[in-house]
Amino acid sequence: MSQSSTEIWMAIAALGLGTFLLRFSFLGILGKRELPDWVLRHLRYTPVAVLPGLIAPLVLWPAATDGQPDPARLLAAGVTLLIGVLTHNAVIAICSGAATLYSALYLLG
Amino acid sequence: MIDGSPFLLVLVPFGMLFGVVGTEAGLNLAQVMGFTALVIAGAAQFATVQLLVDDAPTIIAILTGLAVNVRMAMYSASLAPYLGNAPLWKRALAGYLMVDQVFALTVPKYEAEPELTINQRYRYYFGTMVLVAPAWYAATLFGAVLGQTIPPEYALDFALPITFLALVAPALKTLAHVAAAVTSVIVALALASLPFNIGLLIAAFAAMIVGARVELALQGRAAS
Repeated sequence: MSQSSTEIWMAIAALGLGTFLLRFSFLGILGKRELPDWVLRHLRYTPVAVLPGLIAPLVLWPAATDGQPDPARLLAAGVTLLIGVLTHNAVIAICSGAATLYSALYLLG
Repeated sequence: MIDGSPFLLVLVPFGMLFGVVGTEAGLNLAQVMGFTALVIAGAAQFATVQLLVDDAPTIIAILTGLAVNVRMAMYSASLAPYLGNAPLWKRALAGYLMVDQVFALTVPKYEAEPELTINQRYRYYFGTMVLVAPAWYAATLFGAVLGQTIPPEYALDFALPITFLALVAPALKTLAHVAAAVTSVIVALALASLPFNIGLLIAAFAAMIVGARVELALQGRAAS
């Protein structure tokens, strides 16, 4: 991280304000106006549209191994995803992934 | 308040993790707490911190965080018919506290009990957060203090990808969600070499369109 403290605070303030405006939007300003179906249909997919694209490079090319794919991290990612899909429980998935990562790092050296 | 308490099981570890990850990323205590108190949206906080770590331009880090939070506008639209007719300060406070968990609790409750007065609705809304919000701040603070004591050889670099995967996995509810996620991954990897991490925003945009198209196609097939 090479940003100055001011830049980081700017990011925090902008994200905080922007998020508040998104939350306040209809409740505060636009009132009871309904969003058209096509807008809602796209908004439904924002979390699954942003996060996977953010994760993929981190999983395939971890900075900790200088961008080389790492078997222990790939395995841990696979287990987390699988357990998350099966259990629908984020905490169990995180614990399984962490356990896999540490076991694999230990076993594979 | 009681309905909100199960979420502590998720939010407390999650808040702690943000504290640890934020500290490891190089944020100081005030900055970590600034994120947690001003944004209160775990996934967006993690996303923004990750991009700052990647040395993406600040504006891209902000835009990506906001993109993760666009769903809040959808929550706001769903809640407006129930909560819209109240003093400004109440609506503003409700906006500040609007998180996934509150939305998941309140809308079904309001639908099931249409006889509730607006004051009762607000009491329920704030009640769900009475425990959750302070617990979220405290957990982050605890994590941030803890993070300063954890040495780097514990592979915490991977705490973030694991957290995101764990958040996304349960959200893969339908074929349309899966299609959107796969699109996001493919486009983001293909465009990874573009400057300023702009590939991620393009990938997210493409993925939203794919998700919406697949949903329509599936509906069409079910109807015919």
